[in-house]
Amino acid sequence: MTYNWNFHDVFVNWWALAIGVAGTLKLFVVCLVLGMSLGLVIALGRRSQNRPVRWLSTLFVEFFRNTPVLVQILWFYYALPILAPIEISPFMAAILGISLNSAAYSAEIYRGGIQSIEPGQWEAAKAIGMSGLQALRRIILPQAIRRIIPALTNRGVEIFKMSTLASVVAYVELLQQGKLVASLNFNPLEVYTVVAAIFLIILYPIVRLTYAVERHLARSD
Amino acid sequence: MAGPILRLSGLGKSFDGNTVFSGVDLDVYPGDRISILGASGSGKSTLLRCINLLEIPDAGQMEIQGATVGEPSRSGRARYPERQLRDLRQRVGMVFQHFNLFPHMTTAGNVAEGLTTVRGMPAGEARQRALTELRRVGLEDKADTYPSRLSGGQKQRVAIARALAMDPDILLFDEPTSALDPALVGEVLGVIEQLANEGRTMLLVTHEIGFAYHVSTRVVFLGENGIYETGTAEEVLKHPKRPLTQQFLAEHKRFQF
Repeated sequence: MTYNWNFHDVFVNWWALAIGVAGTLKLFVVCLVLGMSLGLVIALGRRSQNRPVRWLSTLFVEFFRNTPVLVQILWFYYALPILAPIEISPFMAAILGISLNSAAYSAEIYRGGIQSIEPGQWEAAKAIGMSGLQALRRIILPQAIRRIIPALTNRGVEIFKMSTLASVVAYVELLQQGKLVASLNFNPLEVYTVVAAIFLIILYPIVRLTYAVERHLARSD
Repeated sequence: MAGPILRLSGLGKSFDGNTVFSGVDLDVYPGDRISILGASGSGKSTLLRCINLLEIPDAGQMEIQGATVGEPSRSGRARYPERQLRDLRQRVGMVFQHFNLFPHMTTAGNVAEGLTTVRGMPAGEARQRALTELRRVGLEDKADTYPSRLSGGQKQRVAIARALAMDPDILLFDEPTSALDPALVGEVLGVIEQLANEGRTMLLVTHEIGFAYHVSTRVVFLGENGIYETGTAEEVLKHPKRPLTQQFLAEHKRFQF
């Protein structure tokens, strides 16, 4: 049996998919920024001299790393409003789930990166009178981030793909729109093929860009 | 005569109950060049690291330019608030055995870093100052080179320039040539000698006995528990009075000819 591919019905609905892409990109950018920056804060928290701060940061990492994002999104959307008198939009629930989960993962990446820097670098920074924060910002993080860019890139790609999980609370993103188009025209094969292709077309150049950044930062080697 | 730049009284340090050194009394006057020798494990490096508070001493007291460093606390051990640590470290320059250059910065960037980040000096001015210091160690032409392209000797000279840029009152050298290929030791010792001739105050932990003899105004031999023997280079290195110093020197002279 040969299948007659028919992409016509997909392209007729390109506008619906375009809206989905916009929703995906919006969610991606917000979660990328929140997840990566909160991750750094949590990583520093895990290295803090202050015991409660260290303990809370560890708790955060273990909690969000060891529960599924899908469950977190559903929990924020359906459960949190029962506990607290707040209205949570699908967008907000997805941001919370994906960002907090990514923060937990990236915190571990940052921590590993910071720990991989030789103690002599901290000492040299302190020996010229730097504070711990100055040493971190000027000496340690620039070197650590260079080492962890491949891991952070992985994380970023993962965040992009996790955006599809937001469809579970009917947030308008690419997969959600794809489902809609497929159900209108009964053509899941074509639609999901196109959806997968769009992800690839958007992600691949982004990843190539991070390779370029990596090469640029390696110029001092 | 002016008072000492640095005075250590009864300084001590132990790790997990093991005493590294204790009861170290030392006055460092302007222009002093003090070599610190001792068997391995005698705490020479730890003593230097205590002086710029990379290690926190747990006994005794330190004065710099007549002012006590640290604050007394109930436990009897001095406490060292962060601000005091930073002030002191700017007045005491440190050169490490393994250079510890910042690999992501050019050599000029390494030297200027303390001036811009710690002192808040404008970048242009800091670069000029960095070039001056690089010229002093003979590496002005390497200003825009990254450390990975430098030889060990060149790295150590940049590290010396980095310390000099902060205008320290005292320079601490922690085995500055121990990590170097023998062929590169000379160029680093040459720079240190030149600084000595300029009248800089320095403390030098080294295994280069000949160089210590040549450059030091005073030699300190550290033993198990503190200063074992001290005097001029002539006294300690040529005519040591105490058995451990004699033994140490005999070991180090074994293959000299």
